[in-house]
Amino acid sequence: MSTSDLLAASPAIPKDGGGPVFAEPWQARVFAMTLAAHEAGLFTWSEWAETLGAELATDPAGTAGYYDHWLAAFERLLGAKDIASEDTLKGLRAAWDSAAKATPTGEPIVLARR
Amino acid sequence: MPGHDHSHDHSELSETELRVRALETLLTEKGYIDPPALDELIETYETKIGPRNGARVVARAWADPAYRGRLLADATAAIAEFGFTGRQGEHMVAVENSPHIHNMVVCTLCSCYPWTVLGLPPVWYKSPPYRSRAVRDPRGVLAEFGVELPKDTQIKVWDSTAEVRYLVIPMRPEGTEGWSEDKLADLVCRDSMIGTALALLPSNRKGAA
Repeated sequence: MSTSDLLAASPAIPKDGGGPVFAEPWQARVFAMTLAAHEAGLFTWSEWAETLGAELATDPAGTAGYYDHWLAAFERLLGAKDIASEDTLKGLRAAWDSAAKATPTGEPIVLARR
Repeated sequence: MPGHDHSHDHSELSETELRVRALETLLTEKGYIDPPALDELIETYETKIGPRNGARVVARAWADPAYRGRLLADATAAIAEFGFTGRQGEHMVAVENSPHIHNMVVCTLCSCYPWTVLGLPPVWYKSPPYRSRAVRDPRGVLAEFGVELPKDTQIKVWDSTAEVRYLVIPMRPEGTEGWSEDKLADLVCRDSMIGTALALLPSNRKGAA
């Protein structure tokens, strides 16, 4: 394959000038949680990079967003470290879902615990 | 949810938001994270840390040969002279462009990046095409960024890791003799410190006539 063939077969690199750091608030949240969890000693940064790398490798075409993969990798690493089981997370998601649905539009959603 | 009949009198969180909130609740209840500290972290990365940091480092390396020497010898320490220390800047290496060598940085594994000097990486740096093509076809990638190098300029691609981060020192543009560090820093765009751009020409400096 010549270079021009390779180029023709290569997906274009997306460009973003000085776009925002995070496209949506949840991305900032999961980013900050990952940093904080690392700093709390839950995993080393190399473990994180490996997990994120493995997760990104499942999607070479980049169909899902970068932070979607980041979130999946974070869940996977916390699961592997026995910090967050899938069952616990499922329960919490359901609780947040009910809390949201019980909250009138425009008001902050609060999760009542214990 | 597709097909779901949205009611407008109550709130709705997306599946992704539910997953993120579940994690935050769990980690907070276990005492690993503190929500106000998260807000502070986010503000820092959104507003305080960015490529202006790296531009100041490069401008000083251009203006002060002794600093340039320190930066090439031990980039982590030289960058720390500005107070730029901390996360993802623990082991920095500065690589200098010349008429013979052009340096370019990638993270083929994920998105390792020198946060202390450049902030968080741009979308393209994290994209699969850049990560896979930077090593295989750096000249083609540079062409896509509008950079044409002389044929005999060698391109060196550095693969960042969780341990080592690279900062490219672009070539100082001609016609900038005697410029102050502040004025020089305006020429150092983010991409020039990743190696996918050259430093701006004096005529392209913000506010230049």
